[in-house]
Amino acid sequence: MSTESLDATPAREAPETVDASGRRWFYRHPAVIRAAHWINAAVLLVLLMSGLQIFNAHPALYWGAASTFDNPALAITSEQGRDGTNRGIVTIGSHSFETTGVLGLSREGGTAVDRAFPAWVTLPADQDLATGRRWHFLFAWFLVLNGALYLLYGLFSGQLRRRLIPDGDQISDFGGSVKEHLLLRFPEGEEAKRYNVIQKLTYLVVVLGLLPAMVLAGLAMSPGVDAAWPWLTELFGGRQSARSIHFIAAWLLVLFVVVHVVLVLVSGFVNNMRGMLTGWFSLGRPEKETAR
Amino acid sequence: MILHRRKLLTAGAGLAGTALLGGCDRFSGTETGRRTLKVGEDANLYVQRLLMSPATLAREFPAAMISPWFKPNGTIDPPDRKFRALAAKKFSDFKLTIDGLVQKPLSLSLADLRGLPSRTQITRHDCVEGWSCIGQWSGVPLAELLNRAGLKPQARYAVFHCADTLEYAGGGLEGGDGASLWRPEHPSHVRDGAIQLAAAEDWGGGAPTATDAPKDDWGQGAPEPEAPEDKRTPIRYYESIDLFDAFNPQTILAYDLNGKPLPVSNGAPLRLRVERQLGYKQAKYVMRVELVDSLAGFGQGAGGYWEDRGYEWYAGI
Repeated sequence: MSTESLDATPAREAPETVDASGRRWFYRHPAVIRAAHWINAAVLLVLLMSGLQIFNAHPALYWGAASTFDNPALAITSEQGRDGTNRGIVTIGSHSFETTGVLGLSREGGTAVDRAFPAWVTLPADQDLATGRRWHFLFAWFLVLNGALYLLYGLFSGQLRRRLIPDGDQISDFGGSVKEHLLLRFPEGEEAKRYNVIQKLTYLVVVLGLLPAMVLAGLAMSPGVDAAWPWLTELFGGRQSARSIHFIAAWLLVLFVVVHVVLVLVSGFVNNMRGMLTGWFSLGRPEKETAR
Repeated sequence: MILHRRKLLTAGAGLAGTALLGGCDRFSGTETGRRTLKVGEDANLYVQRLLMSPATLAREFPAAMISPWFKPNGTIDPPDRKFRALAAKKFSDFKLTIDGLVQKPLSLSLADLRGLPSRTQITRHDCVEGWSCIGQWSGVPLAELLNRAGLKPQARYAVFHCADTLEYAGGGLEGGDGASLWRPEHPSHVRDGAIQLAAAEDWGGGAPTATDAPKDDWGQGAPEPEAPEDKRTPIRYYESIDLFDAFNPQTILAYDLNGKPLPVSNGAPLRLRVERQLGYKQAKYVMRVELVDSLAGFGQGAGGYWEDRGYEWYAGI
């Protein structure tokens, strides 16, 4: 790596330093991004849990404008078995699965209750749609405001383009990045200053795809927004489709967070956490750097 | 130094997480919590009103999209003696009262209402629980009635008084004439068995207020029945909208559903339609429309039966 890029954009290149032990440090995440990241994490947790509370009020999904009650796309219910005990059942299309204990029927304070998602993942824990909605809509505003600040900062600081758009050499070496992931081998030194190509594309999908889709699908369910912007609900194929997409996108976000946390753990937990908490990310010691 | 800071921050995040999960419920149970959480509703009302004009219409659908079954919800058969007497005579004795802050109070029979200009609309009913049904509603635009009655300048809200008792103050659930009242859990308690909801919400009946007095508060003027009704104070359904929604062309008092007289399960004789809001605003069994300058005097002051139990007054989302 030459110093060409440094010379070309001196003010934009993130600061770098070497400490007394010869370890190289790189200022990876500016304060705005760090704050936005942690606010986003907390807000998404509240939105997920209050969202599951809201889902529990009518634990079925449909496609189109209106509900087809006899024929839901997905339903989480409980039914009485032949032996008289209740069982939790998840029905997807024409397939049913027994999910007693977690979905459809779970324990709450020692007694089995019929509820789609169990008390320990909903906010509030008890069945309380009114309060769940209040949490959800207040924190939806936090998500939107925090996301808007993040995107504005990302666009105007050039962070979004520089950090998330894959570089030409990364695209041509896409297979190399896949291999690296499968072997859980992560770069140090210069290469660690940028995200790998899979990472960049995933963040782009989440930041510009999933999260905006979540907000828009949520708005598409609102009768007021539907009156003001009928095209939005239409875009999602109707209110019930919007609700189903909102639900699916929520679980895709959960999937992203799970994979994200696993990779944070295996690719150097301390260094990653330090990076996202203080901004400073260690590039290792030069002698350890692999030749490129 | 950096490590120390990291530990501190990690511990802080962990504490915050625990507090979040355990403390959220306690927070939302406090007055400050409730007021904080309400900020979202205020923001939604403000922003949605910016996006709409008073005349913005909700989407209307083609006849082919009408739901084969319009799910009846909430009260489906009011236990109230007076209502039953009206229903037994197919509402021929029914009179809608429009009073409060109006120049000229009105009292109109169903025949009178059917003689007024009408509007027919095929719209989507969005329940707060998440499901939707499409139906064709015909009725009198509320604006038509309000213009005939003439609003006084102080009028800000229309309050809809309904015939159906949902509970008795103090928590009694038995109807006066032997009909058993089910305990509502949601604005649309699902009773069809297909999707059965459990876990009752823990809201009490609430203390009776002056306006909950056990009198004929929807002004039918019919004589009290011979046998005394339940002595306890009934808590009946009520709703309210502001004038922004009251004068919208789609805001109607509907007497027909899908081209036929409205069934009792869907709110006969009259059901409010406020198409830009959720299902619990669509008050059924409307007996009286009262124009007021404040919602403080009704129920617990939040503007509706469900609003008194924590749901948003502005149900546009």
